[in-house]
Amino acid sequence: MVGLGGVGPAPVLTQRAPGKWQIATVKAIKVETPRVKSFRLELPMWMPHCPGQHYVVRLTAPDGYRAQRSYSIASSPLDEGEIELTIDRLDDGEVSPYFHDVLVEGDQVEVRGPFASYFIWRGESPALLIGGGSGIAPLMSMLRHRRRTGADTEMRLVYSVRNADDVIYADELGDETTLTFTGTPPEGWDGHVGRIDAGMLPAADPEATVYICGSNGFVESATALALEAGYRSDRIRTERFGPSS
Amino acid sequence: MPDFVSRGFERRRRTPEELGDRLPPGQYVEDGFPVLTAGPTPVIEPDEWSLRIDGMVAEEREWTWAEFHELEFEEVPCDIHCVTAWSKLGTSFRGVSVDTLLEAAEPLGPYVMAYCYGGYTTNLPVEEITDGQAWVVTEHEGEPLPREHGGPARLLVPHLYFWKSAKWIAGLRVMDHDEPGFWEANGYHNHGDPWKEERYWSD
Repeated sequence: MVGLGGVGPAPVLTQRAPGKWQIATVKAIKVETPRVKSFRLELPMWMPHCPGQHYVVRLTAPDGYRAQRSYSIASSPLDEGEIELTIDRLDDGEVSPYFHDVLVEGDQVEVRGPFASYFIWRGESPALLIGGGSGIAPLMSMLRHRRRTGADTEMRLVYSVRNADDVIYADELGDETTLTFTGTPPEGWDGHVGRIDAGMLPAADPEATVYICGSNGFVESATALALEAGYRSDRIRTERFGPSS
Repeated sequence: MPDFVSRGFERRRRTPEELGDRLPPGQYVEDGFPVLTAGPTPVIEPDEWSLRIDGMVAEEREWTWAEFHELEFEEVPCDIHCVTAWSKLGTSFRGVSVDTLLEAAEPLGPYVMAYCYGGYTTNLPVEEITDGQAWVVTEHEGEPLPREHGGPARLLVPHLYFWKSAKWIAGLRVMDHDEPGFWEANGYHNHGDPWKEERYWSD
């Protein structure tokens, strides 16, 4: 359990103009699961982000060939000078295998951001976070930021993973988190199993914003559950990844 | 040599040579059709759907689903480019040219705001959606447009990033001035030309 202060509402963040390409340095790499690693990057032109925003990463080969992808920021904007990107290794990908198989501490990587200002939590309202798999990354930025500010703004996380070893940020999940395993849970697990269902969602709070992130199929079913539970359609924000078929 | 090289990075994806000049800078070829939507997927049945042309026009127009299907449909083979860096090449849609729709209403202003079921909006200059550059489509690759891709009908503006091709289109509002739509107000470029990499505000 990570300490919760309860000193008042979270301070509301304001947005600044996003930056240009810059060369970040890999400060630390953490293995989260067999498929997922978190990369802490030091930025020379860092600026605070709003939890939920993303950075674009660009790789350049010696022949000038480039590949770029967007990754959500997982860290709090209070981590001055650095960001954390949590990256799922996609076997047929071009950028994520590079991060997993090639990049080591001290390496450099080109990034720019932070971008987009819709799927963000500015600290303005209570929040229900629903994440599937690596869709937890932007939600973790929100959760970490709420903890770091010591806010007493209500925040709950409902997190669905496949198997016992697929839990990202396992050592940071606290009382606010409801975890469920859709595949094989750890031995002796007496918590939730199976897909997220209505019983795992907290009672609907009309003031709450709901943030749902995961594969398209996950987002579709979690959105339907949140609507059925009474959350307002205009307060549900989604971020989806992966092909539809 | 480029200014910055990523240590140990090599190209892993090969774009077939004949497609190379169809791929804008910074994009990669995606064979699937990813879904990106900022909120819940609206459920609009065709008999509830209608399309309006309103705002600064000589005559406001509205077509029900049945009336819309009396208009002239055309097949639209195209490449589409998402700002998140995937492109889908050689796909096709079927629908009605925006030329046909606007001619019926006679726009009196140089901009439109496309508005949608579910509340999404995106802004476009009239000159970017006329002369065979934009359509309201109801079919994708021979099938009814799936709900998650904007069914029953979406705007299609293939020469701009795909967020301009508004899903669940409900109408075009003609305006005498430009103003940002949903993503344009939330950090993305006002215009969105993939060949100029107009992705974000700062581009």
